[in-house]
Amino acid sequence: MKRVGVLALQGAIREHLQSITACGAEAVSVKWPKDLESLDALILPGGESTAMRRLIDRYGLMEPLRDFAATGKPMFGTCAGLILLAKTVAGFEEAHLGVMDVAVERNSFGRQVDSFEAPLEIKGLDGAFEAVFIRAPHIVSAGPSAEVLCVHDGKIVMAKSGRFLGCSFHPELTDDHRITEYFLSMIPHKSDLLLPN
Amino acid sequence: MSQHGTDRVKRGMAEMQKGGVIMDVVNAEQARIAEAAGATAVMALERVPSDIRRDGGVARMADPRITEEVMKAVSIPVMAKARIGHIVEARILEAMGVDYIDESEVLTPADEEFHLLKNQYTVPFVCGCRNLGEAARRIGEGASMLRTKGEPGTGNIVEAVRHLRQVNAEVRKVITMSEDELMTEARNLGASYEFLKEVKSLGRLPVVNFAAGGVATPADAALMMELGADGVFVGSGIFKSDQPERFARAIVEATTHYQDYQLIAELSKDLGIAMKGIEMSTIAAGERMQERGW
Repeated sequence: MKRVGVLALQGAIREHLQSITACGAEAVSVKWPKDLESLDALILPGGESTAMRRLIDRYGLMEPLRDFAATGKPMFGTCAGLILLAKTVAGFEEAHLGVMDVAVERNSFGRQVDSFEAPLEIKGLDGAFEAVFIRAPHIVSAGPSAEVLCVHDGKIVMAKSGRFLGCSFHPELTDDHRITEYFLSMIPHKSDLLLPN
Repeated sequence: MSQHGTDRVKRGMAEMQKGGVIMDVVNAEQARIAEAAGATAVMALERVPSDIRRDGGVARMADPRITEEVMKAVSIPVMAKARIGHIVEARILEAMGVDYIDESEVLTPADEEFHLLKNQYTVPFVCGCRNLGEAARRIGEGASMLRTKGEPGTGNIVEAVRHLRQVNAEVRKVITMSEDELMTEARNLGASYEFLKEVKSLGRLPVVNFAAGGVATPADAALMMELGADGVFVGSGIFKSDQPERFARAIVEATTHYQDYQLIAELSKDLGIAMKGIEMSTIAAGERMQERGW
C-alpha cells in the first residue's frame, strides 16, 4: 500500500488524511523529520504559510523536506502548501522550500470577503471540479519544466512540474477526491526513484 | 460563475486556522510580533479583555484606525470584534475588509435579545458558546466558526475547560442517540432538529471550534488541544505577560506539539511571570462576560 504523508504542523490536515484514505492509500501525519522516512509521497496542506514556515524552521524540517524533494518522491501543495513549494514568492527575497519551478503571489485574489468557489476545468480530469479558494495565492509564472493544468479568470491556479503538483485552491474541502487520486498516480514505481524527472 | 460568501468558503477559512493560535493585538507592533511568532491570525481590538474588565464602562468595536493599521502591518488574516447584535459595527468591519468578525461577549452587548443574522454577510463570523444549544443557535444564525466563551481576561482556564467539555459531551450524546430521540433533545437544548441530525451524521460539529477565554500559559493551550479544541485564541495572556515574544512563540509551539510533554516543559522554562489571573469566585455573577449572549 502507498504511504502518503501530510505535513501536520497546522491547517487542514484532517481533510487531506481522509482524502488519502478514501483513495485507498495509507495516510501519515508528519510533525518531525523522522516521520518522513518510508513515505512514498507528501502533501503540504492549506493553512497559514507564515505560521507553518516558522514551525518548519523551529523543528529542523527545512533540510529534511528539501532532501525528500530531491529523492524524486512526489509532493503536492495546496494553497499555503503551494507557497511553500514555489521557487519564488512575489514580494519576498527568499522562497520557502523553493523546489517547484513556479513563481507565486500570496493573497492574490484579495482578502477573505473576496474568497470564492467556482467550477474549474482541469487538464486530465473529466468534468468540472468544484474548487474552494480562500485568500488564495496564484501562480504568476510557470517555468519551462512546468505544465499548466488550470487557469481561472486569467490566473494559473494549478500546475505540475516534474514530481511537484500545486494548486491555489483547496480540494481537501470538498468530497471530490479526483485530485488526490491524480496525485497518487504520480507516485513512481520503486525502480524509477532517483532517476531525473 | 464564482460564488462569494458561501458556507463552504466561510467555514473553510476557519478550517485553515486549525491547529493554530489566534492572538489579540491592540496595535501594529503587537500584530507584527504575533505574526513573527507564528500566529495564524490576529484579533484587532482597542483593549485586551483584562483591561476591559479593569476599566469597566462600555466596550465597543475598536477605532477603525487601529484595525486598519493592523491590517496593513501583517499578511496573516485579521479578525475584529463587534458587539453582540450591533449590525452597523459588523457592517463597518465587513466594509473595511476584515477577514473574520467575532460577535463577542467581551464587548458590551448592543442588543440583549437578538444576535446578528450572520448568514446575511459575506464576511464570516466566529461566536462564543458554552454548550451545544448556544453552538446550534449561533450556527443557525450563520456563524462559520465557534469558540468556547471561557471567562475572558481572567487568565483562568477553568471556564474554557468547562465549556469545551460541555459542548463535546453533548456532541457525543447526540451521536450515540437513536434518531427518534433527537427531537426531544433538540427541544431540551434549544437547538434545531436539523442541526442535531447534521451533528449525528457528521459525528462532530459542522464548524471548527477553538478554545478561548482564559488561556495564559503554553500548558493551558496544550490542555485545550488535548480536550479536543481545533485551535486556540489567546487574549490577554500574551501581551500581559513579562516577555510577550517568547510567550507567543511558546504558546504556538505548545499548540502544535500538544502531546509532547518534554517539549512543553522546555518551552515553559523561564518564561517569566504569566498574567496574574483572577479566581472565579471573586467575580460577581453580573460581571461574568460568559453570561452575555443567549
